[in-house]
Amino acid sequence: MSAESPPEPDLEDLDSRLKQARDNIRGPFEKKEGNEPLRSAVGLAFRVTVELVSALAVGLGIGWVLDEWLGTRPWLMILFILLGGAAGMLNVYRLAMSSGGSRGNGDTGKDQGNR
Amino acid sequence: MDRGVTATPVRTKEIDKVAEAHSPLAQFEIKRLVPIQIGDLDASFTNSALFMVFTVVLVTIFLVLGMRRNALVPGRWQSMAELSYIFIANMVRDTAGPEGRRFFPFIFTLFMFVLVGNMLGMVPYGFAYTSHIIVTFSIALIIFIGVTVVGFAKHGIRFFGFFLPPGTPLLMAPLAVPIEIISYLSRPVSLSVRLFANMLAGHTLIKVFAGFIVSMGVFGFVPFAFVFALTGLELLIAFLQAYVFTVLTCLYLHDALHMH
Repeated sequence: MSAESPPEPDLEDLDSRLKQARDNIRGPFEKKEGNEPLRSAVGLAFRVTVELVSALAVGLGIGWVLDEWLGTRPWLMILFILLGGAAGMLNVYRLAMSSGGSRGNGDTGKDQGNR
Repeated sequence: MDRGVTATPVRTKEIDKVAEAHSPLAQFEIKRLVPIQIGDLDASFTNSALFMVFTVVLVTIFLVLGMRRNALVPGRWQSMAELSYIFIANMVRDTAGPEGRRFFPFIFTLFMFVLVGNMLGMVPYGFAYTSHIIVTFSIALIIFIGVTVVGFAKHGIRFFGFFLPPGTPLLMAPLAVPIEIISYLSRPVSLSVRLFANMLAGHTLIKVFAGFIVSMGVFGFVPFAFVFALTGLELLIAFLQAYVFTVLTCLYLHDALHMH
């Protein structure tokens, strides 16, 4: 009896301390992203730009290659620039949805893991 | 140079200094250290390659020697090594899901390679190979191809369903599928451009302000303050961009494993 009763509160105590330690370990990294509203806003703006432009560039590239290949210059290029623009919008839409809109913090793993 | 010769000695020194700092882009120049030519392929050992070797050696030393003692109660060094492990392990678990654990070694290597590469760029006379689009794009392409292979290996032909989001009317498919494919193909581009542009812009900005320190003479402390602040910001960006790069890799992995 006397040997069995002490371990139980110890385990509970250990459990709560473990939980606290885990929260502490993960806390700093997750807080770090949110603590700089300006920096994340600039970062988000930059990400939006990159997403838009890269999708447009890929669309342009595909259109150009297909035009060269099929000899339909400039029609496929025009079509794929439009599609690339749409894809860029889609990327930005997804980025905005996953980051919770106006919070401007799209980089925490949890938020994005949900999509 | 001609102007330097005709001017007073003090002036010469100043102009030389300015001339030395003439181009903010000189720091990104690739220099061949050991020229190697294989057929038509220029496989020279460059300063970029040298810093990649530095990175690999540094990370290996950091982790292997840090964990050599393998103490139950870690010292400072071992704590740092364990902290980097925990950080990435949590990221992989949260973002890519439990199935992503299998890819932990790759993700961890990727993070350390990008992070230490960014940080080596912050060391004076250092070279940031992550500020070269060819380096970041190669890494992004490896990730892109790897993730696509993982997707097809796990879901087989059904992975093509990724390009038609659930709930899309079939009538919209001819429009939605090309858009989705372009969106998918733009991933390696945006992934690599984000990292490369951040590093390039930051280092160029620091160099431009550093050039002003000399040319503004007494008032050089103003740009110096800027450089001081920018260096701090750059250290943050170096970490943040390595983090973002890795998180997005995990995210793509998640998409390949779970298809949304």
